[in-house]
Amino acid sequence: MLKKLFGKREKDEEIAEVLEGKAQDVGEETPGTGEREQLEVQDEKQKVGLYQRLKEGLNKTRKGFVNKVESLFTGRAIDDEFFEELEEILIQADVGINTTMKLVEHLQEIVDEKRINDPVELKQIFKEEINNLLGEPTPLELKSGLNIVMVVGVNGAGKTTTIAKISERFKNQGKKVLLGAGDTFRAAAIDQLKVWGNRVGIDVIAHSEGADAAAVAFDAIHAARSRNVDLLILDTAGRLHTQKNLMEELKKVRRVLSREAAGAHEHVLLVVDATTGQNAINQARLFNEAVEVNGITLTKLDGTAKGGIVIAIKDDLKIPIQLIGVGEKAEDLQDFIPEEFVQALFAE
Amino acid sequence: MVFENLAEKLQATFSKLRGKGKLNEKDVKTALKEVKLALLEADVNFKVVKDFIKKIEERAVGYEVMESLSPGQQVIKIVNDELTKLMGGTQSKLASASKPPTIILMVGLQGAGKTTTTGKLAKLLEKQGRRPLLVAADIYRPAAIKQLQVLGERLDIPVFSMGSQTSPIDIAKAAVQYAENQGRDYMIIDTAGRLHINEELMGELKDIKASVKPHEILLVVDSMTGQDAVNVAESFDQALGIDGVVLTKLDGDARGGAALSIRTVTGKPIKFIGMGEKLDGLEPFHPDRMANRILGMGDVLSLIEKAQETIDLKKAQELEEKLRKQEFTFEDFLDQMKQVRNMGPLDQLMGMIPGMGKVKQLKNMQVDEKALDHVEAIINSMTREERVNPDVINGSRRKRIARGSGTSVQEVNKLLKQFNDVRKMMKQLTGMQKKGKMSKFPFM
Repeated sequence: MLKKLFGKREKDEEIAEVLEGKAQDVGEETPGTGEREQLEVQDEKQKVGLYQRLKEGLNKTRKGFVNKVESLFTGRAIDDEFFEELEEILIQADVGINTTMKLVEHLQEIVDEKRINDPVELKQIFKEEINNLLGEPTPLELKSGLNIVMVVGVNGAGKTTTIAKISERFKNQGKKVLLGAGDTFRAAAIDQLKVWGNRVGIDVIAHSEGADAAAVAFDAIHAARSRNVDLLILDTAGRLHTQKNLMEELKKVRRVLSREAAGAHEHVLLVVDATTGQNAINQARLFNEAVEVNGITLTKLDGTAKGGIVIAIKDDLKIPIQLIGVGEKAEDLQDFIPEEFVQALFAE
Repeated sequence: MVFENLAEKLQATFSKLRGKGKLNEKDVKTALKEVKLALLEADVNFKVVKDFIKKIEERAVGYEVMESLSPGQQVIKIVNDELTKLMGGTQSKLASASKPPTIILMVGLQGAGKTTTTGKLAKLLEKQGRRPLLVAADIYRPAAIKQLQVLGERLDIPVFSMGSQTSPIDIAKAAVQYAENQGRDYMIIDTAGRLHINEELMGELKDIKASVKPHEILLVVDSMTGQDAVNVAESFDQALGIDGVVLTKLDGDARGGAALSIRTVTGKPIKFIGMGEKLDGLEPFHPDRMANRILGMGDVLSLIEKAQETIDLKKAQELEEKLRKQEFTFEDFLDQMKQVRNMGPLDQLMGMIPGMGKVKQLKNMQVDEKALDHVEAIINSMTREERVNPDVINGSRRKRIARGSGTSVQEVNKLLKQFNDVRKMMKQLTGMQKKGKMSKFPFM
């Protein structure tokens, strides 16, 4: 996968340049009108690019989920069998029983109420329902001053890779970024973050393996303050949400963070693997109970996982999905925009 | 506990059935609907669930159940049978090469736990007297090689690596040569995580397979995987022809439905299950025992095996003798505690005891391993005399012990009281069964 990254390095740089151009636009340099126009065109292009990329990333998701939805919503009667089939499709997309039942029952009510018998009309309603459920987009944005993002999640969810992608994104926007290597547990986790840091050109505050994660947080926050950093991202060791002592340790890191980061903007980001089934809801719930999760990053949506868990998590816990990972490259970590997501899901 | 939620749901459903003297078709249908929902919530693949329920329905609604004396029991037995079948009958072992080294190739998605499992498997093999070699062929993920090297160091097992500039195929080939020269009889190749739809990287695995001809290709799957587990397993199987599956992260509250689906769809057995952060957290998978655990019938066999592995029989006999003569001391207490703890995390052990899943007070109990650490510290802070003859521990000694162990006098008092209770209990027990067999675990 990284070979792929290396291989497509040049392309990355191109995109980085585009992003830098955008940053300049906001900056002090006032480009001539001609230049500005050009930038806008670039901007437009980039937007199309992102949408395309999202669509491509979701391609597999679409193939499984959408094709079924498509064939379900065309040319057939809306009867019990229809709803049963819709139920099956949603369950197979990992939406989960509770949310599925809720969606289907609600749809049934609407059909009864409005006497709908055109499946195409129902499809539009179904789309809107999911859209409503997912709510407004809440992208990860930096406020002025020090922003601290603590990244948590179970083992193997993709925390470190997500951190690398977020830091690259904000660095390219001209922000000063610092990383804290708070995974002092897994063998070579610190090295992994350092390699990323090196590659992106961002400093990493680290202790040795086995050190106290809270102490790393402490040092990282103080370093961030003295270096006048815009964004500090704190990595933490992957842990199963059921491991009580490890969750206690996480709470401690969070306490240190809150104490030392007075005045800074704290943000806890939970990383969830999109291939996860119903367990993702437990993960979100328990991490939220322990450290109060502000947002979710859903990774690995470029596989064949249907990503229905997004709907279930939002429905169950009201925690907003902020970012989604649809590929290996930095720009494959994107803001989660419910409308685009649904649009991409249902695109013809 | 593994499959906890599933187990709970099924047991609740069955306890309703159990109470009934006679079953009609409707009872069975209602029960099966609940079973279906429980399985779906456990992330078992939708199609697998459908087939499963259909099979049970056919058998359960038939004559053999309705006419039997305890129809409820009969249905449970059928579910148990089918569940065991679903999971693959009996245990499947690792292949071994006629001419060493036996080559094991570890494959899977990113973040499934391949590298950790590779380490754990090596440890398991070494425990069985093998001489494994770890091969670092994940050249893509930053520091993946380092991770394996650190694991190798901790386990004291050699790691073969050629850095991240050599192709995994060349690394694998060179490793075979190395293993032969060094007399290692097993080599485990750790590969990079990859998406099953990434043709380029799947091609790389095919090339490794073609060049070193592994005897065993193990697919590592995260037990928390949802409905997609089936697609992943199918793709890997079609591309490589996997020999078995390792399910990881089973120590969480994963409902483990992926295990059932993968086995059904690919026909390939689950060979190992991984739990916990420690390197000895990999166990052979016993489908029949797991089915029992799911249905709340406990897994006594695994418990006994664990005990046999870790408990020193001679010591146990000595202890029995001591207990009988009521000479049980803090030394023995400490010894026993260490032995039991060696068997693994206590809450995992609890899950194996029949009926434990149903004891309400135990359901949400987290065995506090830290409290046990305190007990150890307290005993370690006692003098020899105090351990052998706890009655001499007076107020000032208690203070000293509390200080020495970093605990409080209250905690010391509590332990002393518990210890006396245990002694009293032993006295009663020995009195009761005179020459009968003593429990080997006074604390359980």
